[in-house]
Amino acid sequence: MTVVYQKSKGLTDVELHYCPGCHHGIAHKLIAETLEEMNAIDTAVGVCPVGCSVFADKYFSCDMFNAAHGRAPAVATAIKRTHPDQPVFTYQGDGDLASIGAAEIVHAAARGEKITTIFINNAIYGMTGGQMAPTTLIGQKTTTSPLGRTVEQAGMPMRMAEMLSTLDGVAYAERVCLTDIPNLNKAKKAIKKAFQLQMEGAGFTFVEILSTCPTNWGFSPLDANKWLKENMVPYYPLGVVKDVTKEVAK
Amino acid sequence: MAKKELWKGNEAMAEAAIRAGCDAYFGYPITPQSEIPEYMSLHMPQEGRVFLQAESEVATINYLYGAGGSGKRVMTSSSSLGVSLMQEGLSWLSGAEVPCVLLNCMRGGPGLGTIQPGQADYYQMTRGGASGDHHFVCLAPGNMQEAVDMIQESFDIADQYRNPCLIVVDGLIGQMMEPIEWHEVKKRDLPPKTWAADGRKGRAEHNVIKTIFVEPEDDNEFNEHLARKFEEMKKNEVRYEKTQCDDAEIVIVAYGTPARVSLSVVRKLRAQGVKVGLFRPQTIWPYPEEALHEVAAQDSVKRILCVEMSEGQMIDDVRLSVEGQKPIDFYGKAGGVVPTVEEIAEQVEKAVKEAVR
Repeated sequence: MTVVYQKSKGLTDVELHYCPGCHHGIAHKLIAETLEEMNAIDTAVGVCPVGCSVFADKYFSCDMFNAAHGRAPAVATAIKRTHPDQPVFTYQGDGDLASIGAAEIVHAAARGEKITTIFINNAIYGMTGGQMAPTTLIGQKTTTSPLGRTVEQAGMPMRMAEMLSTLDGVAYAERVCLTDIPNLNKAKKAIKKAFQLQMEGAGFTFVEILSTCPTNWGFSPLDANKWLKENMVPYYPLGVVKDVTKEVAK
Repeated sequence: MAKKELWKGNEAMAEAAIRAGCDAYFGYPITPQSEIPEYMSLHMPQEGRVFLQAESEVATINYLYGAGGSGKRVMTSSSSLGVSLMQEGLSWLSGAEVPCVLLNCMRGGPGLGTIQPGQADYYQMTRGGASGDHHFVCLAPGNMQEAVDMIQESFDIADQYRNPCLIVVDGLIGQMMEPIEWHEVKKRDLPPKTWAADGRKGRAEHNVIKTIFVEPEDDNEFNEHLARKFEEMKKNEVRYEKTQCDDAEIVIVAYGTPARVSLSVVRKLRAQGVKVGLFRPQTIWPYPEEALHEVAAQDSVKRILCVEMSEGQMIDDVRLSVEGQKPIDFYGKAGGVVPTVEEIAEQVEKAVKEAVR
């Protein structure tokens, strides 16, 4: 019998707690596969902070940290500075990274910390029950913007990949989504490239993954996928935002 | 005997940390301790170790979580309001059982207060401002020599208990210069850090540094484990110094710089025949409760005088220790003012009068 597909060794056997249709599971899988392909399960250290990813330390089979809300880039920086030859990554949601942890992500990026940040942008606070995030779209209804987000009240949603890419320390930033197989393959490539550039010492690497939150959006998994493509992608364009290796090649 | 060297307090304390094997220092500038990160920024890289100036105190304490959690000896220093910003992180370090050393070079408060020395962080250090049941060994040196010796030992204390260890000094100790000797501080027998999340490297299971529990029973069990650890600290780490307490009628209780001033008061008044002694806690957590209780129980002792550079915070522990056996007086100066020998002597003389009344 030939094995055509199996779960990555980068994941443990613990059952995921994520809601049906949520993209966290796919994102975990892609990271785990990357670590396995890079032979890095035994050396990598991951940092997952507060939010839906708070239990991710149970799912990844590499050494893990559970960090305070927003502080994963600081925790990861210290791990990397004291273990410079090992891959270090953070896995953060949008409330965590773009709101409470805005200072830590900006400064880790500005210093060009040789870490990889996987940024899960689902335009909402998932774990706490669907409150407005800095990434919530204009008009989007959440439990703290019940009539829809307005510019007057909350300003425009933050495009973190573009914002961070203005900093010289950022070597690579790409935005991807996981709504279909072609996009999933692109996401995998982006994650792998980010880890590879990290290990080459290129600088800070960032992959923003547009993700669904069917539970808090109030959609079925399929409708959530559709909503993401029709509403998030136009505001958060997919593709490479910054790649210093390409810039050098030019 | 070791050669005496003239050092500035903050620089000596930084050097002591390097000698203790500090692998990584993270910090944010704040007066009156900025000489510590300045010293570290030059000397840590020279030793092949890590120095990083943080973007904030909030980030700083999380750097300690990362580097300490991956098995390294880590330290930061700050002052009063800067330490307030680290409180959440301290709770996490305690909850994840990550060792670290945090030095608080205290200034006047509240808020921005003054940059001059203070002791109004007694509650912050011994009671904490962060969530959860946790305690830290708080070493409170009374002079520079003791400070450098204690800092060298603090890393071992942190590692032994897998818990943050705090150095609590007032700004005067950080800012003054005085001669010190470099001692080889006795090393403790420490277990290997098999718990560190520093990459599996062949380990069968992955290590996780975390504070979260889903089941209340599990969290309760963990808290019971912590409580047992804190009891061990109370049993093993209490330190204090008694000066001429044996026949004393008035006992001054003070730590840090006020204790140093009080020592001059004891010498001055003893020369005049006043029976005054000094009880100086060298750890403010765990507090030398039993020792102070015994001193207060002495027949000779008529009154206790608590002296602080605050409006009265340690006095709570003095009351808890004395347990009503003798009356307690208080004298405090706050906001960066150091009480003088004359002022404290006057308080002692007042207490003497009260005692014979």
